[in-house]
Amino acid sequence: MNLTTRSERLTGRIFLIALVVVTLLPFLSMLSAALQPRGTVPTGLAWPTDPQWGNFADAFTAANMGALLKSSALIVAGVVPVGVLIATMAGFGLGHLRVPGGHLAFGLLLLGLTLPFEAVVTPLYYQMRDLGLLNTRWAIVLPLIGLYMPFAVFWMRAHFINVPRELSEAARVDGSNTWQLFWRVHVPLARPAIASLTILLFLWTWNQFLLAIVLVDDATKRTMAGALGAFQGQWGTDLVLLCAGSLLILTPTLIVFLIFQRQFIKALLQGSVKG
Amino acid sequence: MTSASGSVPAGPDTAFRSGRGDTRSPVRPHRKRWGRTVRWTGWLWVLPALIMYAVFVLRPLVLTVQYSMYHWNGIGAARWAGLENYLTVFTDRDLLKIISNAFILIIFFSFIPVILGLLVASLVRRITTGPAGTMVRTVLFLPQVIPLVAAGIAWSWVFSTNGLVNQALRAVGLDGVTRAWLGEFDTALPAVGVIGTWVMLGLCTILLITGMSKIDPSLYEAARIDGAGPVREFFAVTLPSLRQEIGICLTVTIIAALASFDIVYISTSGGPGLQTTVPGLEIYRLAFSQRQVGLASALAVVLMVLVLVCVLPIQRLTRGEK
Repeated sequence: MNLTTRSERLTGRIFLIALVVVTLLPFLSMLSAALQPRGTVPTGLAWPTDPQWGNFADAFTAANMGALLKSSALIVAGVVPVGVLIATMAGFGLGHLRVPGGHLAFGLLLLGLTLPFEAVVTPLYYQMRDLGLLNTRWAIVLPLIGLYMPFAVFWMRAHFINVPRELSEAARVDGSNTWQLFWRVHVPLARPAIASLTILLFLWTWNQFLLAIVLVDDATKRTMAGALGAFQGQWGTDLVLLCAGSLLILTPTLIVFLIFQRQFIKALLQGSVKG
Repeated sequence: MTSASGSVPAGPDTAFRSGRGDTRSPVRPHRKRWGRTVRWTGWLWVLPALIMYAVFVLRPLVLTVQYSMYHWNGIGAARWAGLENYLTVFTDRDLLKIISNAFILIIFFSFIPVILGLLVASLVRRITTGPAGTMVRTVLFLPQVIPLVAAGIAWSWVFSTNGLVNQALRAVGLDGVTRAWLGEFDTALPAVGVIGTWVMLGLCTILLITGMSKIDPSLYEAARIDGAGPVREFFAVTLPSLRQEIGICLTVTIIAALASFDIVYISTSGGPGLQTTVPGLEIYRLAFSQRQVGLASALAVVLMVLVLVCVLPIQRLTRGEK
């Protein structure tokens, strides 16, 4: 450590602080615009003489925030528990039980790891139309579960492959079957991996945009990101309200992020191995 | 925290290899006791995930390839096209421009964040633990947590006529340079790129600093004793040691650049002209506004292949030998 010269480390610190400032500026600029009186033309960054906190209340009504929160929560509730459960089971099967021919299934899943969603969104549209699910939340929930499988199974398998097999042997001697073995021994052990996966799937679902705008017309049945897109389309000319609404729509994610900060950052760092 | 998160990028990789090897040797004795039936019923564990994947990813994927060989407006009868749609993708001037736009975005989404991240990482070496370090980490991760749509809206405002960028330029007397950055022909694509830089920079920096803190300090000691300056030190010690982290950064950001959609859709809708249109946006437009499903699908297949062609060599280079 002491090998780095003082000036070098100082330069590093300055860079880091600059980075922090640049990261925050767009948010501050939005906040300053959101607090201007309605109907005025705001400038980049200027603290208003008379901050209009009421704009947020207006935006809450205009964006129909109550309905949006409910919709996003429903979609997350549909995607995340099921996605995490079936991925954990598959990871267990492929990583621990080592099913015969499992590497074929795994290879097939790996194919999807770098797949851009744009590559499948057109057929998904027709598939959902034929199933009569277009414009329902199912149209977002079902494909997302499938699209997350490559990463999620990859993730859980990486955990299970490192679990010593003696563990299962011991439980077998006790006479428990595979199902009990899974729930009593392996799921508790996999908790950190499951927690990270849960956080990532939550985040990716909440922020999913493409599927939301293609498969669901009604903004109140979309994810938060999809709803934000619609909000911009509707209020794009009213900059004050747009900024207030955008900040408002961001708040739930930010609150969750700040509460689970540590786990989030860990999950995101680990999760970036995706691809 | 650092050690836990740092060790993981290596995890799946090593796990992958040991997994292959293990099936042969140490598993044998257990296999008999578990019995063949148990091993086959193991497929029941994998099946739910595979079914969801097959129905909502593999089937659409096969259909995309199939659509790409037809002329189809999405409603009427489809007409066989063979490879005509692909020929269009590779010869049409507009489509080629759109594809090249995605590659230009790689400079902003990948190269700049990785280079800046490396610079900061090699200077800082490790973020101080304690509240200051936590704050820095938290702030730098904000762009990763918010939807890209929100990043697009925020930056549309920052780049607008009355926005922050122009305000700053006026403040230092550069009134002549001010403009609607996202609206003008020459600046629109770089401006979109800057949004991508903003989103990716924090993640890359933290990943690289995390990797940096794992490098054995004695390596630097040895380099300094050998009389290496900061530059030599960087190329001799830092760069090789961070190979894996750089690989991860490049992979994630290149996929984000090539498959970009949200940011462009929100900030410019691809304009002015086709200046900022990217393949993702064009697929969406062709398929859902212009009703050229065949051409959209061909472009989708090309995009998918381009991502693989860019990402696989990086994986091989940065992971293979470690």
